[in-house]
Amino acid sequence: MGMEGIGARVARKEDKRFLTGKGRYTDDMVVPGMKFAAFVRSPHAHAKINGIDIEAARAMPGVIDVLEGRQLQADGIGNLICGWMIHSKDGTPMKMGAWRPLAIDIVRYVGDAVAIVVADSAGEARDAAEAVVVDYEELPAVTSAVAALQPGAPQIHPEAPGNLIFDWQIGDPAATDAAIAQAAHVTEIEILNNRLSPNPMEPRATLGIYDAAEDHFTCYTTSQNPHVARLVMSAFYNVAPENKLRVIAPDVGGGFGSKIYIYPEEIVCLWASKKTGVPVKWTSDRTEAFLTDAHGRDHVSKVKMAFDKDHRIIGLKVDTIANLGAYMSLFSSAVPTYLYATLLSGQYDIPAIHANVRTVYTTTVPVDAYRGAGRPEATYLLERTMEVAARELGLSPAELRRKNFIRSFPHQTPVIMNYDAGDYDASLNAALAAADWDGFAARRAEAESRGMKRGIGMSCYIEACGIAPSQAVGSLGAGVGLWESAEVRVNAVGTIEVLTGSHSHGQGHETTFAQLIADRLGVPIASVNIVHGDTDKVQMGMGTYGSRSGAVGMSAIVKALDKVEMKAKKIAAHLMEADESDIVIENGDVKVAGTDKSLPWFQVALAAYTAHNLPSGMEPGLKETAFYDPSNFTFPAGCYIAEVEIDPETGKTEIVQFVAADDFGNIINPLIVEGQVHGGLAQGIGQALLEEVRYDEQNGQLLTASYMDYAMPRADDLPSFTLSHQNTPCPGNPLGIKGCGEAGAIGSPPALINAITDAIGINHLHMPATPLKVWSALQDGQMRQAAE
Amino acid sequence: MTKVTLTVNGRAMSGECDDRTLLVHFIREKLGLTGTHVGCDTTQCGACVVHLDGRSVKSCSILAVQAAGSTVTTIEGIAGQGELHPVQAAFNTHHGLQCGFCTPGMVMTAVDMIARHGGDLDEHTVRHELDGNICRCTGYHNIVKAVLAANEEMQGAARQAAE
Ligand code: FES
Ligand code: FES
Repeated sequence: MGMEGIGARVARKEDKRFLTGKGRYTDDMVVPGMKFAAFVRSPHAHAKINGIDIEAARAMPGVIDVLEGRQLQADGIGNLICGWMIHSKDGTPMKMGAWRPLAIDIVRYVGDAVAIVVADSAGEARDAAEAVVVDYEELPAVTSAVAALQPGAPQIHPEAPGNLIFDWQIGDPAATDAAIAQAAHVTEIEILNNRLSPNPMEPRATLGIYDAAEDHFTCYTTSQNPHVARLVMSAFYNVAPENKLRVIAPDVGGGFGSKIYIYPEEIVCLWASKKTGVPVKWTSDRTEAFLTDAHGRDHVSKVKMAFDKDHRIIGLKVDTIANLGAYMSLFSSAVPTYLYATLLSGQYDIPAIHANVRTVYTTTVPVDAYRGAGRPEATYLLERTMEVAARELGLSPAELRRKNFIRSFPHQTPVIMNYDAGDYDASLNAALAAADWDGFAARRAEAESRGMKRGIGMSCYIEACGIAPSQAVGSLGAGVGLWESAEVRVNAVGTIEVLTGSHSHGQGHETTFAQLIADRLGVPIASVNIVHGDTDKVQMGMGTYGSRSGAVGMSAIVKALDKVEMKAKKIAAHLMEADESDIVIENGDVKVAGTDKSLPWFQVALAAYTAHNLPSGMEPGLKETAFYDPSNFTFPAGCYIAEVEIDPETGKTEIVQFVAADDFGNIINPLIVEGQVHGGLAQGIGQALLEEVRYDEQNGQLLTASYMDYAMPRADDLPSFTLSHQNTPCPGNPLGIKGCGEAGAIGSPPALINAITDAIGINHLHMPATPLKVWSALQDGQMRQAAE
Repeated sequence: MTKVTLTVNGRAMSGECDDRTLLVHFIREKLGLTGTHVGCDTTQCGACVVHLDGRSVKSCSILAVQAAGSTVTTIEGIAGQGELHPVQAAFNTHHGLQCGFCTPGMVMTAVDMIARHGGDLDEHTVRHELDGNICRCTGYHNIVKAVLAANEEMQGAARQAAE
């Protein structure tokens, strides 16, 4: 692997700029003449707009202009869209309501944007935004999806009667019902997946710059996929044709899904820059982030899992209601369908599955993908159900899982997915050993003697990464292909630039992608630069989400490298008068195998550019492009074990150990992979113990709009983690890698809730398991015992 | 508008600002030192931590005018040009950062923590002391490791210097 090649634990190249304060985030950008925007936002969850009076605001100090939705509409700027078409089971297309970048007649969630103020300073823009008088006529709010489906619930969009967006299904209902009817045992459970706010530490920001002389727009933005942003803003929102719009996502301070989507602010700031003639910058504050960044999860599900007399699962029936908020965000329809229900087979051989999913409008901020996106919901549902089933059947959790593991590959599930490789026993065994599961009884007894309640729980997750074969997702309704692009440019001195359509916002691509080059060409990673995040530099790309940058983005680099190598070998063979098939590239030299003939890499590169002595007919230069379209998803899987201790006096849960055993296939940089797992675990543990978005059900106000009200995991809420890796290489891509970005967030919540319910001796507890909830459950249990 | 003069990273600097301008915005916008970040509006996240007269403070929690005349060190000023402070180096070695947004605040907090706790830092204390700094990327595991490693190294260096 070499010191810096694939598999090496290399410290990150990009760190230095971040560590010394030289990172360049969107809010750090300053351009001449730049002014500042503030948005006028709805204080109501649902209201009719009877009029907007901007005159007082316009007269405020420093104000350049105040612009409204009607003007935006008059200028032909389009509505925001959801890019993945889902059809209901009756064949009708999903019912998408209009989402205007600036609301005109109705606002539908607290924070819905109504107007933009542009002023000399951010403070003046805010002052003036408060002086805009909007005449609202309040309408009733509804924040829960279940309530929004009730007859008589407030109607949110005229396009979607009864607030139902689609009623979709997957799998075989008849076969599943038959399995349940003949089951020896059926476990039934209701699952709530709590609503979360992604909370990357960098708030969203955008800087729109219009150049009147060139009739050209530049958009700096906090995006995970600047090319998709450009495509959507051009093709659907009518901001400008693609050649007149440059989108730059510079350093981005975390995304976790929330920065995939195109939000109203980018569009409005670009348009406002043209209207006002000045560059317009907007930076969200944290309250605005809670109010307007797409949230995640928010599912309610009913589950029936059927077992035969040998404890084999014979059927799984799931009925889910998913809250999509007030508008359909860019990928919102795909999350509770193809990213969720297709994973309901888990690691288990289940002959019959049926899932029905209804998605619903509510007067809350849009809900879309958040780290894991659908797969955490599927895993939580399955692994909670498996735990309860094991208790009901009197089996150990490991035993029930072992009886049902898939052991031969490829494996076709009844819900589309075709698992290509895996070894679920390996991860389970590794986790059991690392956690000393067998010694738990003694640890529990010892805790008991101190008056503490100790519990242990596991979760065996599978997920699908590397999204995805373009033709397949196209047939399922995706509006785009999900390939990736790469360009490998070898400079005349042999140094290398790799242009990628992937985007790094913490994942470490500048290091891992360079390691791939180092591995192949033997050049030091210091000689390799990774270029990304700018539509003027990289032609096209699909961006980073769904743990796709390794499996898809790096595969594209491999393809481009293959071409570069082939050409370099041809040149070297010509220069050394050898046969092309005898040329090997090793440790930075291009050699004739079995001889002492050799050229340093840079000389081959130089020869390509001097072009004095190239094989006849060969074009000068050494630069190749490739597009890679994956042939399948990849299927990372693993086993997580949580051990907790609960203080019955306070209900507070302490995580005494957390073990993660993951199979990500081949790994490029273990240091970075471990970091990804740690971060995912923290978010999953946050979901299980701390985090929950809450709206007031009566008036639709967001109650958790700051870090005082929304509990983010902090250093003293978390333990250090025990990790290990198993490896069944992915057969579907050239590097054998599966992806590691989301596993931690997917696998950890059920492990924790299984541990907590084990500790307190109950079967059900909804996330987040706050001290109050745990304490109340303990009190209920004591009362029940006393009554019996 | 009020003129505020202070010593930042060893140099006298001044700028005009509104009375309501927070120190963090003054540092970022008037002085152009954008390493100090804003991650929240309730003094909870610690992305904005700087050293003010030798103590670590959240620069979003005081006004620029309140800081007039004081000495401020920001992330740009804790090591010489092109060099890394041992805490910065440890964050690199132990992968204590991902997106880098919380990182300047984390490093400034860690430097101060090590100065105050000297030889007796352990995991529990580090986690407790980091309570005011939120990181969404790393799960803190490697940040804790990096702080402990930097402390080790700095104690070692101090011992050597004393010998
Ligand atoms: S910005 Fe100062 S604590 Fe968050
Ligand atoms: S490294 Fe991203 S928030 Fe800490």
